[in-house]
Amino acid sequence: MSEYSAKNEEIERIANGIRRRVLQHSIANNGGYMSQACSSAEILASLYGDILNFASVEQPIEPPAFIGVPEPGVNTYKTGQQFHGATGAKYDRLISSPAHYALVIYAALIETGRLREDGLEHFNRDGSTVEMIGAEHSPGFETTTGSLAQALSQAGGIALARKLKNESGRTWVFMSDGEFQEGQTYEALQAAKFYDLNKLRVIVDVNLNQCDGPMDSVMKIEPLADRVRAFGWDVTVLDGHDVPGILAAAKMETENPHALLCYTDPVRGLPILEERKPTLHYLRFTGSEERAKYELAYQEMTK
Amino acid sequence: MSYEIVARPHQQNFIDWAKDKPKVLVLSADLTNSCEVGKWRDTYPDRFFSMGMAEQNMLGYAAGLAREGFEPWLHTFSVFLYRRPLDQLQMSVAYPSLRVRLVGFLPGIMTPGGVTHQAIEDVAILRAVPNMTILEVGDATEAESVLDVAHNVDGPVYIRALRGEVSRIFPKEEPFAFNTARILSTGTDVTLITSGIMTEEALRAIPLLQERGVTIAHLHVSTLKPFTDPRIISALKTAKHGVITMENHSIVGGLGSAVAEIMAENGIGVALKRIGLNDTYAHGASQKYLMSEYKMDAVELVRAVEAAVGRKLNIAEAELEVQRSVTVHSSAKAEAL
Repeated sequence: MSEYSAKNEEIERIANGIRRRVLQHSIANNGGYMSQACSSAEILASLYGDILNFASVEQPIEPPAFIGVPEPGVNTYKTGQQFHGATGAKYDRLISSPAHYALVIYAALIETGRLREDGLEHFNRDGSTVEMIGAEHSPGFETTTGSLAQALSQAGGIALARKLKNESGRTWVFMSDGEFQEGQTYEALQAAKFYDLNKLRVIVDVNLNQCDGPMDSVMKIEPLADRVRAFGWDVTVLDGHDVPGILAAAKMETENPHALLCYTDPVRGLPILEERKPTLHYLRFTGSEERAKYELAYQEMTK
Repeated sequence: MSYEIVARPHQQNFIDWAKDKPKVLVLSADLTNSCEVGKWRDTYPDRFFSMGMAEQNMLGYAAGLAREGFEPWLHTFSVFLYRRPLDQLQMSVAYPSLRVRLVGFLPGIMTPGGVTHQAIEDVAILRAVPNMTILEVGDATEAESVLDVAHNVDGPVYIRALRGEVSRIFPKEEPFAFNTARILSTGTDVTLITSGIMTEEALRAIPLLQERGVTIAHLHVSTLKPFTDPRIISALKTAKHGVITMENHSIVGGLGSAVAEIMAENGIGVALKRIGLNDTYAHGASQKYLMSEYKMDAVELVRAVEAAVGRKLNIAEAELEVQRSVTVHSSAKAEAL
C-alpha cells in the first residue's frame, strides 16, 4: 500500500469513527447533532488527521471539570486549545465556528488520540466542560463561537497578529454554511483580504441544511463561491466527502486567503436519516421504534 | 470659575504614551480624525489598523489580536462600540476577559449628531456585562491619565472619552486614580455624585449653594465599574437631606442607579434624586441647549438641592451663567462631527 492510500485509509477510519461515536451517543442520549456528523466527518477527519500541523499531545487528555468562567486577574481558566497541543510560531490553529458541532469535534479528538475515549461520558453533564454547545473551555475550542459568525473575525485577528509576529503557521476556521447568512461573515471576508491574510484558511461544511430546514427554503446563500471570490478570496469548491480532494486543496499555497467550500451530504453514511428530511438539524427519536432502527444502523456500522 | 482649555487632549498625549509600548495597537472604524488618532496613525502606521465601517468585525479582530498578546485600543464614537456590536463585544471580548480597550467618544448628549450618535444607555448596558471595567473622564487631566489606568486593567475596558476643547479641572499632578472618587467638597446637608462633563456643570452651582449655607459633599466619580469605592459609601452615609447624582446618560442603569444600589445595600435611607436624561431619547442640538432642554444642567441641580433641603435658595439663572461655551464647529474638532 502506498503512503498516499495509507493516509486516505487512516482518514476514512477517523471519519467512520466520528459517525459511529456520534450515532452511539445519540442513541444513548435520545438525541444529537447527527446530520452534522454525517456531513462533516471527512472534513474534520482530514483536518485533525492530516491537514493541521498541531503539536502532539503526550496522551489523550482527560477533559477537565468546569472551574469557572474567565475573569480579570484570574489565570486558572484554560481553553480547549490544550487539546490541540502546544502553540508555536510554526503550528497551525483551528477555530471552530459552529459550536453545535461540538459532539462531532469531540469525536474527532478521540479518534486522533487527543481526548480520552471516555471523554464523551462527560458530554452535557452538569459541571463538565464537554458541553453540548462548545465554549472555549470545551475540548477543541479555542474561542467562544456559539453565537454564529464571530469566529472568522476572531480568527482574522489571530491571523493578523501572527502575521505581525512573522509566524509561519496557518490559522484555520471551520465554518458551517448557515453563517453565510450573517452580515458579519462578509465584514470578516472583506477585512481578511484587505490585510492580505494569506495564511488564513476557511473550510466550510456546505450541507445546505439549517435549523428550520433546507437552506433554500430559509434564506439562499448561492452563488456561494462567487460571493466569496468577489471579496477577493481564492476559492476551491469540493466534494466534502472526497478525502484526497480535501487534502490536495488544503495544501495549496495561495496569494489570498483561501476558502474551501466542501459540499456535503447530511445523511452520508447513515441513509436512514433520509426519512427525517426536510428537518435534519437535530435528531430526537420519535419513539422506541425509530430508536430501534438507529440501533440496527449502528450495529451495521460497527460490523 | 474658569478653567484652562486644552485643545485635543488625547491627540499628542496618546502618541507620547504609546511610544514605548509596541504591543499597543489602534483599530479604527472610519472615524480616525474624529477620535483624535489621525496623527497617531501617521506616527505609528505599522500599529494602526483601519477596519472600515464594520464594527462587529472590528470587535472580533480586537479579540484575536488580544489573544495573541497585543493590546488593541479601539477608537470610534461610543454608540458604535456597544450598540451595534454588543453580541460581539460580549462573546468575543468580554466573556474571555481580553485586554481590549474601547475608547468611546461623544458619550451622552455631547454630539449634535442626534439620536443615532448619542450614547445614552452605554453605561447601563455595559454595567450589566460581566468582566467589563467602565471608566469616564471628566476633564483634560483625566483624558490624559486614563491611559495608564486602562492599560493596567487585566480585562476589557470601556472609556467614555473626551475630545476637542476640554477643560482642565483637576491638577495635572493629580491623575486619574482607579476606583477612587475625587472629593471636591465636603459637607453633610447633601451628597452630590457627578461623573464626566456633569462635574464641571455642577461646579457652576456649588459655590452659590455653599454661599446660601448649604453644605455639600461633592464627589467626582471616574470609575463606574467596579463601583465599590469606600469613599462613596462614606459620603452617602453622611447625607442628612438627600443624595443627588448627575450623569450625562439616562437615569436608568447608569451612575444614579449604581448609587441607588449602594444606598439600598447599605441601608442608607435618604431620598435620591437622579439628574440625567429622564428615560428619553434626545435629538441633535448643542450640548448646552440639550442640557437645559433635558433638565441636566446647573439650574436643575439648584432645584434638586432646594427640594432636598426644603427651602428656596434664591439663586438666579444669571448667576449660573456658563463660564464658557464650546461652539459646535470649534476649530479643535478636525471633522464636522
